[in-house]
Amino acid sequence: MRLLAEGLSARRGEDLIFNDISFALDAGEALLVTGPNGSGKSTLLRVLAGLLTAETGRLKLEGGPPELQHPSELSHYLGHRNAMKRELTVAENLSFWKRFLGDSFGGAGWEIGAAAEAVGLPGITHLPFGYLSAGQQRRMAMAKLLVAYRPIWILDEPTAALDAAADTLFAGLVNAHLQQGGIVVAATHQPLGLGRVKELRMTGFAGVDGGLWHDA
Amino acid sequence: MIALFFRDLKLSIRAGGGAMIGVLFFMTVVAVIPFGVGPDLNLLSRIGPAILWIGALLASLLGLDRLFQAEREDGSLDLMLMQETPLIATVFVKCAAHWAATGLPLVIAAPLLGLFMNMDELAIGATMLTLLVGTPAITFIGAVGAAVAVSLPRGGLLVSILVLPLAIPVLIFGVSAVYAAIEDPAPFLPPLMILAAITLFFAVIGPLAAAAALRHASD
Amino acid sequence: MSENSLAVRKFSDLANPTRFLALADRVLPWLSALTALFFAVGLWLAFTTQGDYQQGETVRIMYVHVPAAWLSMMCYSVMALAALGTLVWRHPIADVSSRAAAPIGACFTFLALVTGSLWGKPMWGAWWVWDARLTSVFVLFLMYLGLMALNRAMDDPVRSSRVSAVLVLVGFVNIPIIKFSVEWWNTLHQPASVLRLDGPTIDPEFLRPLVVMAIAFTLLFFTLHIAAMRNEIWRRRVTSLRRMAARSAGREV
Repeated sequence: MRLLAEGLSARRGEDLIFNDISFALDAGEALLVTGPNGSGKSTLLRVLAGLLTAETGRLKLEGGPPELQHPSELSHYLGHRNAMKRELTVAENLSFWKRFLGDSFGGAGWEIGAAAEAVGLPGITHLPFGYLSAGQQRRMAMAKLLVAYRPIWILDEPTAALDAAADTLFAGLVNAHLQQGGIVVAATHQPLGLGRVKELRMTGFAGVDGGLWHDA
Repeated sequence: MIALFFRDLKLSIRAGGGAMIGVLFFMTVVAVIPFGVGPDLNLLSRIGPAILWIGALLASLLGLDRLFQAEREDGSLDLMLMQETPLIATVFVKCAAHWAATGLPLVIAAPLLGLFMNMDELAIGATMLTLLVGTPAITFIGAVGAAVAVSLPRGGLLVSILVLPLAIPVLIFGVSAVYAAIEDPAPFLPPLMILAAITLFFAVIGPLAAAAALRHASD
Repeated sequence: MSENSLAVRKFSDLANPTRFLALADRVLPWLSALTALFFAVGLWLAFTTQGDYQQGETVRIMYVHVPAAWLSMMCYSVMALAALGTLVWRHPIADVSSRAAAPIGACFTFLALVTGSLWGKPMWGAWWVWDARLTSVFVLFLMYLGLMALNRAMDDPVRSSRVSAVLVLVGFVNIPIIKFSVEWWNTLHQPASVLRLDGPTIDPEFLRPLVVMAIAFTLLFFTLHIAAMRNEIWRRRVTSLRRMAARSAGREV
């Protein structure tokens, strides 16, 4: 499996956020997207996740199933928000996502108990999600990556709000995913301690353009 | 999809959910009317079906703005947009769950309020039946408004303003079917059939348009 | 409708906002002059023809009322076409057109309602009746206002354009439903008497000023619409200039 991006550029509102981004990732490779605030890391990840349409360029997945429309269908996206309901228990949240997302081809999701154990929080899945601390909530959101199998993980600042111990634990999870032949794209400020890593440094688009209401 | 249905149902029943509030609002609106028009039982029994319908219409608009906004705020909407299951199906199931949590209780509460309005059994039965057939249409139309206003911080009022004009045909045929059932010469079935047709029509158009709006609103 | 096909051609020709502005500058003076001319002739005709033997002088209200009512619907059709252009071809000018048309459509609808009301008082004995035609036009008015409220509520024009386009189209689908539902519900308004398969049923005496006024109103609509679109493009240029200023401020060059 190979994820290819060619000449991507994207707008947000009327601003051109980045221009001509290209990379290629083989199975088992990770891409670290770094750069200062406002350089377009999150926007790039949202384009990869299919949540924003790219202005130019294209994304493609080689070696995926033939009926695939967009690589996002084989991707997990962990954004700034955890996508978990405070009113429901952790187990209810996780089992909902497990059933709603389902497994994509080439792998199987973990059981909920096993996933909670993998993020170091066994035994509290019966609690409402809202009772957990911010760090615990983030870890449970990571458990969501495990309960349904997706070969591509798109992670936006995954370790924000986490302490050093949780960082290492998370690096272990990502490394295990890479060893199974997964692909990881992560935007981050700090190094995650991963194995085979490529780095993409976003500088922010140098020239500010006037958008479509002016002549170029 | 079944998982989504039951999750939404659970959410609306748990703390902060809107299921009970809708029924309470419905009862309050209907209870306020006699204070306005006076306790004339004959008049109340004549306008009763219309009052119940208007109350149900307003009450089913109540929680609609949160339908997609809550999902957007915690990031769940992003994950739903990414899936290969068509977004239309997701929207349809969310509408169904929303109706089951807020629309169905209104239908069940209607007979009680019908008694307050001094309506006879036939009128109460006809009102229940038309509400059962007609309220899903309001939810489906409302889904479009909710999707359009999903990214607005205070979209609630705007959703009502956008949705109410579109819901007028539902109200017209709902009420006219009830009156057709009470008053002998007019046939009951044609307006009921039209009401059912409107519901089916919006069951298609509503999720389609809402899905399109959600796709374009994602940012 | 010929106006609609014209609108389609207009959208495909004027891809570029700058070219549109240039064209607007060239067309607007002529269009305004033509509009004024038709209004002069139309009003002169309207006030010199004799009154109806039943309606008396109030028949002259019709020369404003009927064209305004036509335009209230045509304006929504233009908006629906523009919405289609926004969603299918993702055309920025289409969005500008749809956004500029909403207040104009609301004004024409309001005018139709007010003149209808003024006419209704002496004729029907009431300012307002819940008649099918009146109610559906009133609902149309509410929909215009709702769309305007939505357009104002969203700050990002690119995103709001597509979202409100969806709503315009849903509203367009719904208009016939509202129309027919209220028609079966209650009706008093007279049926159409000009555009009929068996020819107009009104006297040529009244038809002539009516047609001239209809043309004048249509021209007025296009004049206002193009002017409003021009303003909207200028407004967006200002917005994007401001945004550029904000973005280049915090950035080391």
